[in-house]
Amino acid sequence: MARYILFRLLQAIPVLLGTTFLIYFMVFAMPGDPLLALFGDKTPNPALLEQLREQYHLNEPFFVQYLYYLGGIFRFDFGVSYSGQPVTEILAQTFPVTIRLAILALLFEMIAGILIGLVSGIRKGGIFDASALVVSLILISLPIFVTAFLGQYFLGIALGWFRPTVGAGAPIQDLILPALVLASISFAQIVRLTRSSVIETKNLDFVRTAYSKGLSSKRIVPVHILRNSLIPVVTYLGTDFGVLLVGATVTEGIFNVPGVGRTLYQAILKGEGPTVVSFVTVMVLIYLVVNLLVDLLYAVLDPRIRYAK
Amino acid sequence: MRINRIGLTAVALVAAGALTLTGCSGGGTTDSKPSANASAIITTNGSEPQNPLIPTNTNEVGGGKILDAIFAGLVYYDADGKPVNDMAESIDTDDSQTFTIKLKEGNTFTNGEDVTAQNFVDAWNYGAALDNKQLSSYFFEDIEGFSYDENVATLSGLKVVDDTTFTVTLKQPTADFPLRLGYSAFYPLPKAAFEDIDAFGQNPIGNGPYKLDGEGAWKHDESIALVKNDDYKGGREVKNGGLTITFYAQQDAAYSDLIAGNLDILDAIPDSAFGSYESDLGDRAVNQAAAIFQSFAIPERLEHFSGEEGKLRRQAISMAINRDEITKVIFQDTRTPAKDFTSPVIDGFSEDIKGNEVLTFDAKKAKELWDQADAISPWTGTFQIAYNADGGHQGWVDAVSNQLKNTLKIDASGAPSPTFAEVRTAITDRTIKTAFRTGWQADYPGLFNFLGPLYATNAGSNDGDYSNPEFDALLKKGQGETSEEAANKDFQDAQAILMEDLPVIPLWYANVNGGYGEDVDNVKFGWNSVPLYYDVTKG
Amino acid sequence: MPNSTQKPSPGHFVAPLEETPLVAIDSVKTDGKPSNLWIDAWRDLRGRPMFWISSVIILLVVVVALFPGLFTQTAPNDNCELSNSNAGPSEGHILGFTRQGCDVFARIIYGTSTSLSVGIIVTVLVFTLGILFGAFAGFYGGWIDAVLSRAGDIFFSIPYILAAVVIMSVFSSNRNVWVISLAIGIFAWPATARVLRSEILRVKNADYVTAATAIGVKRFNILWKHVLPNSIAPVIVITTISLASAIVAEATLSFLGVGLPSSVMSWGNDIGQAQTTLRQAPQVLIYPSLALSLTVLAFIMLGETVRDALDPKARALR
Repeated sequence: MARYILFRLLQAIPVLLGTTFLIYFMVFAMPGDPLLALFGDKTPNPALLEQLREQYHLNEPFFVQYLYYLGGIFRFDFGVSYSGQPVTEILAQTFPVTIRLAILALLFEMIAGILIGLVSGIRKGGIFDASALVVSLILISLPIFVTAFLGQYFLGIALGWFRPTVGAGAPIQDLILPALVLASISFAQIVRLTRSSVIETKNLDFVRTAYSKGLSSKRIVPVHILRNSLIPVVTYLGTDFGVLLVGATVTEGIFNVPGVGRTLYQAILKGEGPTVVSFVTVMVLIYLVVNLLVDLLYAVLDPRIRYAK
Repeated sequence: MRINRIGLTAVALVAAGALTLTGCSGGGTTDSKPSANASAIITTNGSEPQNPLIPTNTNEVGGGKILDAIFAGLVYYDADGKPVNDMAESIDTDDSQTFTIKLKEGNTFTNGEDVTAQNFVDAWNYGAALDNKQLSSYFFEDIEGFSYDENVATLSGLKVVDDTTFTVTLKQPTADFPLRLGYSAFYPLPKAAFEDIDAFGQNPIGNGPYKLDGEGAWKHDESIALVKNDDYKGGREVKNGGLTITFYAQQDAAYSDLIAGNLDILDAIPDSAFGSYESDLGDRAVNQAAAIFQSFAIPERLEHFSGEEGKLRRQAISMAINRDEITKVIFQDTRTPAKDFTSPVIDGFSEDIKGNEVLTFDAKKAKELWDQADAISPWTGTFQIAYNADGGHQGWVDAVSNQLKNTLKIDASGAPSPTFAEVRTAITDRTIKTAFRTGWQADYPGLFNFLGPLYATNAGSNDGDYSNPEFDALLKKGQGETSEEAANKDFQDAQAILMEDLPVIPLWYANVNGGYGEDVDNVKFGWNSVPLYYDVTKG
Repeated sequence: MPNSTQKPSPGHFVAPLEETPLVAIDSVKTDGKPSNLWIDAWRDLRGRPMFWISSVIILLVVVVALFPGLFTQTAPNDNCELSNSNAGPSEGHILGFTRQGCDVFARIIYGTSTSLSVGIIVTVLVFTLGILFGAFAGFYGGWIDAVLSRAGDIFFSIPYILAAVVIMSVFSSNRNVWVISLAIGIFAWPATARVLRSEILRVKNADYVTAATAIGVKRFNILWKHVLPNSIAPVIVITTISLASAIVAEATLSFLGVGLPSSVMSWGNDIGQAQTTLRQAPQVLIYPSLALSLTVLAFIMLGETVRDALDPKARALR
């Protein structure tokens, strides 16, 4: 086990190199000179532009730029944003907010999704199953910005249950509404996934054996069915945590959450290479750890799965 | 020109200019309610400054709004855009080329330093030097000694006479130079700034009506907290305890906060609320003209747009656009159809520029002109307007395209680019092969600012490479005049030439749309669309 | 003599032979077609009404996508008059008008092909890549797993918005259905791959796999014939939903300004643009969303029935 974990952690190195390279290349490949955008509709003098390019190493070839950046990372220097703030500071500011938001959303979708999926699966074809399908379908077919806007308008402004945007310091109570909105997308996936997995599991021999042994549903459903149905769901939740960390661009924008998604998107639009790459680097690290945890969870959920290495 | 680009559904206007929390000087009736609390903190919207808070390195509204609050220049602009002396005692000239500037005594920076002539000259020299790479360095272009070819540490045109007097010598007569001095690039800097300019950019020390609420008041991407500066003695008397500017990536979020009572003043209404904000806010809604001109350019170099044919086609396109309908339907009256190339809030504006009937919708005339052009050389292809998709332009570009399609019977469409950088690069490199969106927000309230930088031969922002010697001559004549009226007359005549050539197709003036909460009073918006925060009272 | 009165314990009671007669086998049918999973599945599907209903809806959507001219006479992108902006239904325009004064119904009809194509291309892309990476990683394990899974991690940790902005920018003069599908799909498959991998990790320890290995079936055949069919159910569930997500993602990209140009009609584009008029003219949002929901419902229903049909255990119990 310990060797397996070590092996997995070592694999993080090539992944990190691959990701930073790819991302740096993507920012580099974006057409347009980010410095020109700094001047708005005013065209800057070419001499001034040249000076700025030198400052940000933008006149160097791609590989040189990338090496500059990598070199910085080894010195724990992630660079400075155009507004003069060290990128490490931006990371330290935004990640805690987004992680809070992601965990909250994950909790919502996990609890609601697994419960509803479980009931749907056990009572397959019933009224509850059909209504769950319709509700999840509606949530799927609404783009996130519509859900967010409606949520903000009705729950935030009309009913006044929540603050419509996230206030200073991003306290938990302000994050509930954006977390609900975020959870609404994956909720449907979790419901369908749990349902299908439960249907499959409940027909397996050991479940039938358990019933014929005379065990009650109260024991069979959580212990035998649910536990054995959770592997795909847990996997999906793991990947979804990654999505929540990076994909909250729209939601964070609408609710003005000072988190990763909003900041990263602004940095992408501004073409701030170092900021974008640093964010993604940290995201990869978190993502790798989460995936490792999920893989280790498999062995807990299903004792037949063993990691030999 | 100040850039204003707020993330996703941004204001229609990207480029944007000037700042200064302008002030309502004498004469304004600002009697505050008895219940008003002089220590109350006003909350308002803003956007994360794109650059460190250094006056000469800030060219966008996010940072400009803050700088105007914490610095005081030689003059400030009142609500109508009239310059009023702030740090200056007097600004005198005989020839519009050499200016003698005298300062008031007894003004200090918040670190206790006196505000002297040397502070101004040092700050301007710093801003102009090529090696310092300041984004607003072009403001010093006209001062003698300025160069883009080599680093000039001290401009020969700036001379300190004594602690409270300095002189400015320009390269040529520039009648509106004193008018420019309220712009943030001309603010003074304390000596402390030059010891560590990077640290200064994060925690600036100013001399304005507000100051930062201690070290670290600027919480990046979140907010900045300002408090009243009791040492400020200028005309912008602060009637509240301070100002907290919350940064929003989307105006929708800011609007929701205003409606829910979490925000006192909002200076930008999102598109999605255009139809409802006046009913949501009642008499607390603001909709007034602003110094923002919007247009699209059709460069001479495009196929079918050169010479006589191009002239006819530009006029046809201009007359095929129903500006009244678009401003009404798409913008819900938050834009005002254009009548000239400047803005109605600028002194010297005229609705009656010769030839401006070309800006009125006339489908029949438009088609006739287009057919005449077709007789010279038949039209081929699709007419496209390039725009940046992150600026909320799609609505009007699609509407204009549809009108061109319906009136001229040609194929027309928008050509969006995902990022602003991409469009600007194509425009600057001259590789763009379509018409493109242009916009201008004034740096200072003068007609010349809307004309010189944009249409003079080889001017910095003349992206369509327009050139007309008659137009250039009229601009030069105007800058040489000593009376403001005579100058404005020249600038109006110059615009009559533009009406014929149409280097850009004028569309409309953006209005400033905003609103405020029930707790605040005395909310007025300045000529540059920024609320006059210092005047606001909160009960 | 042992005590003959001792009764056998109930657990070991065996009925006398005469009470359990053997059924005689008359003959063995030797010329019957060999059955396999896919044939069984098809037999099963034929008998399900859910399958037919969803198939008919999908067929209808496909016909609309291929021949939009059959369903509306209005050319969707011409004669958009601002004077009709956000107007309600009228003669010949049963669903009213958009903000730009275009016919909502005609835009939905003509947008079908774009949206359906985006959905299908993305789904096929995600499904294929997901199966390739997930199946090999999960089944072979070891360094193959390490390489494939970490490759998935790299793709997955790149924010898809960034990918979309870059891809749409690079192809900015030539934005079409293929480009946007690529932008959405190329970074979405690792989720599918991981879910499949997890299922395979579970299934490959089953008795029948051990049995197949014991009788000498080739590794690849075990994967293809036994392990994959038994692990595919969650992938099908995710895939049918991802078809919807893809169509919706196109709307989100439009909302962010990096979607298809407005001259290309699509449901996503319409939904994206409707956001600005949500308060005044909800119909502009509702109808394309409805079209989207109906299509998605059909695909999800189809996915469910196919999933059930593919699962021999579920089938046996029906």
